[in-house]
Amino acid sequence: MKSASEYWRRNLRLVIACIIVWFVVSFGFGIILVDVMNNISLGGYKLGFWFAQQGSIYIFVGLIFFYVKRMNKLDREFDVHED
Amino acid sequence: MELKTLTFLVVGATFALYIWIAIKARAITTSDFYVAGKGIHPILNGMATGADWMSAASFISMAGLIAFKGYDASVYLMGWTGGYVLLAMLLAPYLRKYGKFTVPEFIGDRFYSNTARMVAIICLITASITYVIGQMKGIGVAFSRFLEVDFATGLFAGMAIVFIYAVFGGMKGITYTQIAQYCVLIFAYTVPAIFISLQLTGNPIPQLGLGSTMADGSGMYLLDKLDLICQDLGFAQFTAQKSSTLNIFLLTMSLMIGTAGLPHVITRFFTVPKVRDARSSAGWALVFIAILYTTAPAVGAMARLNLMETIQTGEIGAPEGNLAYAEVPSWFTNWENTGLLEFEDKNNDGRIQYYGPGIADEAERYGWQGNEMVKVDRDIMVLANPEIAGLPNWVIALVAAGGIAAALSTAAGLLLAISSAISHDLLKGIFMPQINEKQELLASRLAMAGAIVVAGLLGLNPPGFAAQVVALAFGLAASSIFPALMLGIFAKSVNNKGAISGMLTGLGTTVIYIFWFKGWLFIPGTAMAPDNAANWWFGISPESFGAVGALFNFLVALIVSGFTTPPPEHIQHLVEDIRVPRGADLAVDH
Repeated sequence: MKSASEYWRRNLRLVIACIIVWFVVSFGFGIILVDVMNNISLGGYKLGFWFAQQGSIYIFVGLIFFYVKRMNKLDREFDVHED
Repeated sequence: MELKTLTFLVVGATFALYIWIAIKARAITTSDFYVAGKGIHPILNGMATGADWMSAASFISMAGLIAFKGYDASVYLMGWTGGYVLLAMLLAPYLRKYGKFTVPEFIGDRFYSNTARMVAIICLITASITYVIGQMKGIGVAFSRFLEVDFATGLFAGMAIVFIYAVFGGMKGITYTQIAQYCVLIFAYTVPAIFISLQLTGNPIPQLGLGSTMADGSGMYLLDKLDLICQDLGFAQFTAQKSSTLNIFLLTMSLMIGTAGLPHVITRFFTVPKVRDARSSAGWALVFIAILYTTAPAVGAMARLNLMETIQTGEIGAPEGNLAYAEVPSWFTNWENTGLLEFEDKNNDGRIQYYGPGIADEAERYGWQGNEMVKVDRDIMVLANPEIAGLPNWVIALVAAGGIAAALSTAAGLLLAISSAISHDLLKGIFMPQINEKQELLASRLAMAGAIVVAGLLGLNPPGFAAQVVALAFGLAASSIFPALMLGIFAKSVNNKGAISGMLTGLGTTVIYIFWFKGWLFIPGTAMAPDNAANWWFGISPESFGAVGALFNFLVALIVSGFTTPPPEHIQHLVEDIRVPRGADLAVDH
């Protein structure tokens, strides 16, 4: 029987990691570093502009499904999953 | 077939579909009315959430803002999608585990205080009403165009439709209808985008078309060409940043945490069978939302390019280089009739000059006496876009139906959140616990009707374009509800006094800051200072202030909790309990 506090700690660790990625792709690449990123191009897109209007959204979607998968695994590992 | 008849047919057919579904799935019990019996599959729930979410602001307004603001409009794109990451990871699973109907109910229980519940109700109603005002603006634009009447008449027609529609069904009716509405709106949004992307770049996928070269043989990238034309006509470059990084940062943050704090979206995650489903529902919702959100930049950029090329037909400065007013296409005249597009022949040459401040000197030499497109309401761009591109009439009719679907579905979801806050939380929960289910349903329908009237009247003089009004609503939700929910789950030590003072500080500062620059209750002429960067506090715009309000909320809640009695033991157990998925009540009896 593993402890609830350990489960919560692992949960927080996963969430924090995801939130860092979330922050870097949107606020980082899309806003703060946009001018630097714009020096690189991706087809007809400047990269900073692409992150702000396309890339960050794709990464958000991927991030949620990654989180869902990891959480479901964590739930089973700590035997707190439903049914 | 004539466009007007065709529009009536398409809009009528979609309406018949929604009403048929609503009748098929009528709400019978109170629990059905609010949360659809907690038995909806994550993918379907994600689709319905998408329709609920993508409102007139997303469908009608956002691409228009992108068209005119370019890079700066990225705030809406990132803000209204990034919030789902927060929702999926920080709120949805825990609130689903707790298993109640409404957001104020959770806040009232977690902070063991009816006052906290009251404050949450006030926050919820303030944010939701503001949001509905934005929808009303969008509905007014769509109806005024397709009925060919002025904006106010269009708005009243829209109010009547929303009234019938929302008062009629509850959440269950709305959920299935919203799935249909999602299909209509996404089809209506992507079809013209595909056509236009093909026309301009030869690439049928708008997301790729926007990064491709022009099909006109110039070999230039579309975005480079757009930047060039903008610059030549004296406007700021499309991909360049115009407002301050601070405002862009704060507005994006406000929209993101506002997304995660908006009650009508959170309620969605109470309707899935399991905690596990609450997590993936947020993911599916974002998939369906992303289809529109990644298409929007292409729609905006291409609409801007088409608009400028329609008016500037030849070389800039050449006498014959501008479109003659006598030869304007029919879309131009149609939008002029709504009052949302205005042209004024300042130099009496019978031609339209549309240019920005960047070429003022040259313009004087050409004999131009100012930009003659004196009003181009941003909210007309998506609806006008297929006409500008010369697409067939059925596509235009479809876009009108899609815009109306988007506005209706969101207005209905919000009205439901408002009405449940009043009937379920305020009346049943606090003031009149003895009322029965029937009376509660009646109260909630009356509350809906009242909210429609208030929002409609305020929508006559909206404090901005639909998306901007909606942005204010997000600021309010961000500053009040999100921090309270998050602290309720993640900080066991936050007590009743902390949460209440936090919410009041967050909402209070944000409301005052917004009204200061936008007018009290958005009534024109009552603003305390002109709404521009010179007057703003540290240059922070009212739209962006929600993130600052949220920061105040967090700080005050934590500090006050630190100096007052910690929450009682049973509350600490409650928090521990919502942190694990097992044991979520499996109320799947419908």
